[in-house]
Amino acid sequence: MAELKVNLCGIELDNPIIPASGCFGYGYEFAELYDINCLGTFSFKGTTKDPRFGNPTPRIAECTAGMINAVGLQNPGVEKVISEELPKLKQCFHKPVMANVSGFSVEDYAYTCEKLDKEEQVGWLEVNVSCPNVHGGGMSFGTSPEAAAEVVRAVKAVTTKPVIIKLSPNVTDIVAIAKACEEAGAYGISLINTLLGMRIDLNKKAPVIANKMGGFSGSAIFPVAVRMVYQVAHAVKIPVVGMGGVTTAEDVIEMMMAGATAVEVGAANLVNPYASRDIVADLPRVMEKYKIEKLIDIIGIA
Amino acid sequence: MKQGLFTIIENTRLTDSVWKMRLVGDTSAITAPGQFVNILLEGKFLRRPISVCDCEGDELTLVYKVVGGGTEQMSRMERGQTLDILTGLGNGYDLTESGDAPLLLGGGVGVPPLYMLAKKLIEEGKKVSVVVGFNTASEIFYEEEFKALGANVTVTTVDGSYGIKGFVTNAMDNIDYTHFYTCGPEPMLRAVWRASKTDGQLSFEERMGCGFGACMGCSCKTLTGYKRICKEGPVMRKEEILWQN
Repeated sequence: MAELKVNLCGIELDNPIIPASGCFGYGYEFAELYDINCLGTFSFKGTTKDPRFGNPTPRIAECTAGMINAVGLQNPGVEKVISEELPKLKQCFHKPVMANVSGFSVEDYAYTCEKLDKEEQVGWLEVNVSCPNVHGGGMSFGTSPEAAAEVVRAVKAVTTKPVIIKLSPNVTDIVAIAKACEEAGAYGISLINTLLGMRIDLNKKAPVIANKMGGFSGSAIFPVAVRMVYQVAHAVKIPVVGMGGVTTAEDVIEMMMAGATAVEVGAANLVNPYASRDIVADLPRVMEKYKIEKLIDIIGIA
Repeated sequence: MKQGLFTIIENTRLTDSVWKMRLVGDTSAITAPGQFVNILLEGKFLRRPISVCDCEGDELTLVYKVVGGGTEQMSRMERGQTLDILTGLGNGYDLTESGDAPLLLGGGVGVPPLYMLAKKLIEEGKKVSVVVGFNTASEIFYEEEFKALGANVTVTTVDGSYGIKGFVTNAMDNIDYTHFYTCGPEPMLRAVWRASKTDGQLSFEERMGCGFGACMGCSCKTLTGYKRICKEGPVMRKEEILWQN
């Protein structure tokens, strides 16, 4: 009998599969398609202090084995997320959920996290210091060890739940940033956010995306993600949540062997709305194939 | 929304760049004209959203224009091949608002979704007028199909090589109508919106990620709040549209 359970920062997950923020809404859109309680958990749409429309369209560009998005953190703001989205989420999901938070100042992050920390269903706070699609915030906190650590400290000061910091791959030394976050008290690290990318429309002789650049995701980025998860997992003692181009159960096993305790699935959900469910269902078969009895035995084995 | 495998039973060329594909599969999620489907193509990461031209029993008709690599790939597919398709996407047109004499206006590749709409309205006993606009005579398709349904059909061409010279709006003034439905390029939608004398419904296009409301890739601002073209749209009501620029 395959054992899929893992423990993420003190909370047990039935399996390590976590649909990634921005690719799964607030859950209920997918609950129309399947019972989302089969998932380990999911990370809901990135939430900010104030409501945001996000960037102008076009926001999406196709790439070989991937896509670029520049949505720009569209969300209804933390008050409405708590009053409108979480009650709907609660109807269809009965496990602790991961709250994904973004901000434009250290105070923003602390404010939003403090509010969400009080919500019973929130299990973890995933603090995104790596959004490439907003100016004057997001990724700018994730590109320096000091700024990322400052966000961790500010959030920890006003919350009680495990803080997982989501890092950007668009840096020269991700290990230094991860270590600074660990020292600042982060319970876990999640990575990678999207890679900054760009496409140009040959007919229009102009960028495809209105914001010009955006975050590149999809199966094309998987090897970059595995490499960074491996580097970070070998440098820190806290759990690492691996993501970036994960599409199959084999990818999940590979990510865990690189050092991930749990694995997020992003863009794959947008192409196949059943992707996360299918991966959960396929994991026992792949575990048997590679003679894995317990998933916890392979974390960081490579 | 439903995901299903569809088998191609016909894929024929209508004009230089427009093709008609008929498929069979589970069409039960398609509930209104003006909805769209999202097609997975081998070697392409994102699905291709295509409006539903007609749906009858287990048969789905798509009329699509070859605009890039994905649609070009579709045009090379043959009878018997299968496609993974998400069906029943978007809100579609509301037939209850039509009144007795609805006017349907389509431009170029915006024409196809109006076919199923005309068919449904005519089945309900409405007196349907259809104006379809193209650049030039060689680009015209579906004129006969609309006539066969029993619609009153007017064709416009920008260069005057067939029908009325000009745009669909040049034909609007001579028609009495109770409500309008339209689909086409945004400048056309804007012109129809401005020229219209009644309430109406307009179908919009945007580059999409998922096509089912998850990624927020195709959001727009309206007078009734932010909407996702793929989920709360693609059909918007005349009174809620907030034109950008």
